[in-house]
Amino acid sequence: MIDAPANKHLQRDPANGVVAGVCAGIARRLGIDPVIPRAGFVVVAIGTSGIGCLAYLLLWAVLPSQAGEPSPGNGRRRGSWRIATGVGLLALSVVLAFRQLGVWWSDALVWPLVLAAFGVALLWSLTRPAPEEAPDEAPAEAVAERERRARRSREAAGRLSIAGFGVALVLGAGLLFLWANGVLDAAGDAALAALVVIVGLGLVLAPLWWRFARRLAAERAERIRSQERAEVAAHLHDSVLQTLALVQRRAEDPSDVARLARRQERELRAWLAGGRPLAPEERLADALRAAAVEIEETRGAPIEVVVVGDCALDERLEALVGATREALTNAAKFAADGGMIRLYAEVEEDRVRSFVDDRGDGFDPDRVPPDRRGLRESIVGRIERHGGHAEVRSRPGHGTEVEMTMGRNSR
Amino acid sequence: MMSQLPSVVIVDDHRIFRTGVRAELADLVEVVGEAESVEEAVRLIAEARPDVVLLDVHMPGGGGSEVIRQATEVRPDQRFLALSVSDAPEDVIAVVRAGARGYVTKTITGPELAEAVRRVRDGDAVFSPRLAGFVLDAFADSLPADQVDPELDQLTAREREVLRYIARGYLYKEIAHRLGISAKTVEAHVSSVLRKLQLSNRHELSRWAVTRRLVD
Repeated sequence: MIDAPANKHLQRDPANGVVAGVCAGIARRLGIDPVIPRAGFVVVAIGTSGIGCLAYLLLWAVLPSQAGEPSPGNGRRRGSWRIATGVGLLALSVVLAFRQLGVWWSDALVWPLVLAAFGVALLWSLTRPAPEEAPDEAPAEAVAERERRARRSREAAGRLSIAGFGVALVLGAGLLFLWANGVLDAAGDAALAALVVIVGLGLVLAPLWWRFARRLAAERAERIRSQERAEVAAHLHDSVLQTLALVQRRAEDPSDVARLARRQERELRAWLAGGRPLAPEERLADALRAAAVEIEETRGAPIEVVVVGDCALDERLEALVGATREALTNAAKFAADGGMIRLYAEVEEDRVRSFVDDRGDGFDPDRVPPDRRGLRESIVGRIERHGGHAEVRSRPGHGTEVEMTMGRNSR
Repeated sequence: MMSQLPSVVIVDDHRIFRTGVRAELADLVEVVGEAESVEEAVRLIAEARPDVVLLDVHMPGGGGSEVIRQATEVRPDQRFLALSVSDAPEDVIAVVRAGARGYVTKTITGPELAEAVRRVRDGDAVFSPRLAGFVLDAFADSLPADQVDPELDQLTAREREVLRYIARGYLYKEIAHRLGISAKTVEAHVSSVLRKLQLSNRHELSRWAVTRRLVD
């Protein structure tokens, strides 16, 4: 009954098998109950004094494992215990077969070998991939997710205790072997004993360790990936998609569209740059940027901001920010046709300078229109009240520049 | 020769953008080719020998820096002007240190871009206002004297002044006027800053600048 695996459709069926699914595979291939090949197998194994077991091992190694499709009602993999028992029994029969054939060393080998095979099988069976969740068990709701996590951690705990038992078995087998050979009695051979134990331990733990590490890393990476995906999706939804919807509705108003696009660009840039929220209450650079954003939004004039250095705000620098805001408002109001308004600020050792430049029509400072004198007051006056210095330079046809300087306490 | 239109190759992996740039530069430069990948760009540059390569910073396969590295093996004197949607310090630094003679952002207008191309063709450097601000930032703090190569690691007062005006959006001739120097001298200052940016190993400029931004 043990044919060579010539038929390419003959596959192991580990999902339904007792040990490795060889018999189940044969049964599946022949369309008979798996009990028949199993019984036949046991008979042959006993009849040939265990050599049949070698054939089983051979088939286990040679036959490819069938992918998926566990029969209904038997979806769960059979436990590690059953595999281990099977392997232990196989090892026993192989050992007996060897003795029958006269290839034999010592009876002291039998039980340690069987025990070790049992333990190792237990451990290695744990290194197979964990059972996949059936698709219908993975709904999106958070409750189900929590439950699944809880179950997974229960399973992990169970696996860990099985692993511990397996390790104990292998170690016990090693000790039994040593004891049976009288090695433990000889103190001089303690080093050898330790070596055997360590090698056994290494053998047992290596695949386990490797697998746990790999699985942990994979799980973490997957978790991070899906979190990031969710965050990106949420962000795009709140920002870019909203803006696009607005743009479509305001398509007939170019200045509105330009303003929306610019605001979206700024938000996206800030987000890409690390997403640190502005702290305009505390930091000079943020305060200046926030002022520029506000005026850009209310006035619709583009402002480019370049700030070199940064420092904490104090009362004097707040006055500088306030004056700069006035200068920007001024430029946005009177020089909007001049294209980009520019704000440049630089934090130096003992002072902060802020420049607002526009390319608008400019004006003659000696003949300032009355409605602009007040604004000049609120720039120059405010700066000078705090001990700083401000200058407004303008020429008709050459734009306007406002230079503001304020001292600062360097720490 | 100076009056001749500069010949330009446009390298960018987005066709919409190449088409847009080509249209904006229509009568101002002579576009002799377009490439959308690093290999294509390197081959095209060797064949077409343009005055200036307009180079996107972000491209699959190593980006603008990689194009510069490979193309200059064949044409060591090739001039590059980097063009990017981003003004992030690390992008700027990477491509300028790879050898680009200028860096402008994609919001630049057609005539401004043509002017920048001409300037790069003539061997000058082109800084966007934000790049100027970034360079000022990067060279801001004073280092211990024994760690400084004054030739490379520090800006002169005049260079700072020129950069400030660039950061405020002034053109070279306006800067020259304000400082009472010739436009050629302004260009010389900017080229000197570019050289320092390319050659200084001030704490490995890029990384340092990035952390500085984060710490501030």
